[in-house]
Amino acid sequence: MPSRRRALVVLLVLALAALASLAAALAVGSLVLPVGDVLAALAGDDNMAHAVIFDLRLPRALAAFGCGGLLALAGALMQVLLRNPLADPYVLGISGGAGVGALTAMLLGFAGLGVPGLAFVGALAAMLLVFGLAHGDGSWTQTRLLLTGVVVAAGCGALVALILTLAPEQKIQGMLFWLMGDLSQAVDPLPALAVLVGALLAALPFARELNLLARGFDTALALGVAVPLLRRVIYVVASLATAAAVTTAGSIGFVGLIVPHLLRLAVGNDQRLLLPASVLAGGSLLVVADTAARTIVAPIQLPVGVLTALIGVPVFLFLLNRK
Amino acid sequence: MILETRRLSVSIGPHQICRDLDLMVAAGERLAILGRNGAGKSTLLATLAGLRPADGGELFVAGQSYADLGLRSAARIRSWLAQDRSDPFASTVLETVLTGRHPHLSRWSWESPSDARIARAALADMNLADLEHREVRTLSGGERQRVAIAALLAQQTRLCLLDEPLAHLDLNHQVATLELMTRRARSDGLGFVMVLHDPNFALRFCDRALLLFGDGSHIAGPVTEVIDEGRLLRLYGHPMRRATTADGARSVFIPE
Repeated sequence: MPSRRRALVVLLVLALAALASLAAALAVGSLVLPVGDVLAALAGDDNMAHAVIFDLRLPRALAAFGCGGLLALAGALMQVLLRNPLADPYVLGISGGAGVGALTAMLLGFAGLGVPGLAFVGALAAMLLVFGLAHGDGSWTQTRLLLTGVVVAAGCGALVALILTLAPEQKIQGMLFWLMGDLSQAVDPLPALAVLVGALLAALPFARELNLLARGFDTALALGVAVPLLRRVIYVVASLATAAAVTTAGSIGFVGLIVPHLLRLAVGNDQRLLLPASVLAGGSLLVVADTAARTIVAPIQLPVGVLTALIGVPVFLFLLNRK
Repeated sequence: MILETRRLSVSIGPHQICRDLDLMVAAGERLAILGRNGAGKSTLLATLAGLRPADGGELFVAGQSYADLGLRSAARIRSWLAQDRSDPFASTVLETVLTGRHPHLSRWSWESPSDARIARAALADMNLADLEHREVRTLSGGERQRVAIAALLAQQTRLCLLDEPLAHLDLNHQVATLELMTRRARSDGLGFVMVLHDPNFALRFCDRALLLFGDGSHIAGPVTEVIDEGRLLRLYGHPMRRATTADGARSVFIPE
């Protein structure tokens, strides 16, 4: 029996976990800060911890939280939209488009906002391309949408491979880091956090209607859901969320696939709970993974996408075999 | 009239399903739709449910068109049972049946204890009371079919449109489901339109039948008048013989 009280309790627990992950991200690193110093710095005390936290760790931790939340939310929405538990935020080619944009910017030697800017343009182009092609004959079935997305993603993959082949050697390292997902370039967490809040607020009013989509589009329609409109809204929200995440930190894998699945096993498939829970859990997971990525073999920083994949693959295989 | 069509024409691609169909379903009435595979029974039912547009003619549910009703009001008046079941994600039996309460809930409200009572009563009606915590995908085909019918009952609509409600059910549950519909029609005045494959069930459990011949022609009327050997031969392309039960109480049709 779904109940609002249970949902609030679960969300409270996840919110505490999110705070704990952020606290750990602020305290841990090449310079380990005592909890007392962290708290004093956050309270405004201008100690040495202040600079480390406000210039380095806090922006990066918040960017990680924002991206993780965006990816998990987009993954949960894509899975419902395509009625396919194997869908993830990248399945419809948005990260492919962003990859083509970002690598083109790097190839051309753009600096500063050029890379995320062109990545965002690429993501939006892929989103519109898939929408337009899948919509072609007006049927917009989930199979057609999925196939169009997969084909566009494959095309983007080919372009990415082409750019990597043509790129001068000194640029390839940066390109590979971007493709694997990397938060060290994330300087400003605000855009990702703003899109995260906006996407969650846009999706939550439709949460109960999303539950009905799982029973079939016609059944949902007969229950009073404006299915065609809802699917468009969810497509755009999930796409923008994905675009904001990959623009901030590259194609970080598995968060968007694993987090909704783990939560479904733990708390059930009610989207009213699953969507906000995905945001909190996805954010926390990426904060923890990124903290590990920059500490376990310090001073070398691992791309966080490698860590999420290394955690994600065995977890996913375990879940798949449990069924 | 709870459902009324005037000169309704439905087709799918180049294939005409019915032409100029005039149909009335009053409160408390049960109508069977009979026809071969591919004759368009499901398409017609989906049209009657307002899920796809008709080619021409008029369609009224409780005196109003679907356009005037809007999706949400329509969902409180008529319910529709899909022919196929698909559950990509895990969900319990009770959660699934509670989806039937959706049109009665406002955007931000959660299911109340009274919604749960309605859902549990529907489960009890379908003989599923013990299964409410089970995951739907672990159930048998027949049990899932009954869960879907329970969700439809929980929607509490005056008009119920059911596409093959007896699919996957064992004989006991086929009869129990039809008897339940008969009870609800008599006691609560619900109207039922159902796609059936057995003319004998239509004869025994429905007031009227609509025969779709697959070429756009059709005939509708009281079951005892429209169902006979000649029409069944034309309908199914297979001869059926009328027989009478040993006590002489009922006619049945047996395939030759």
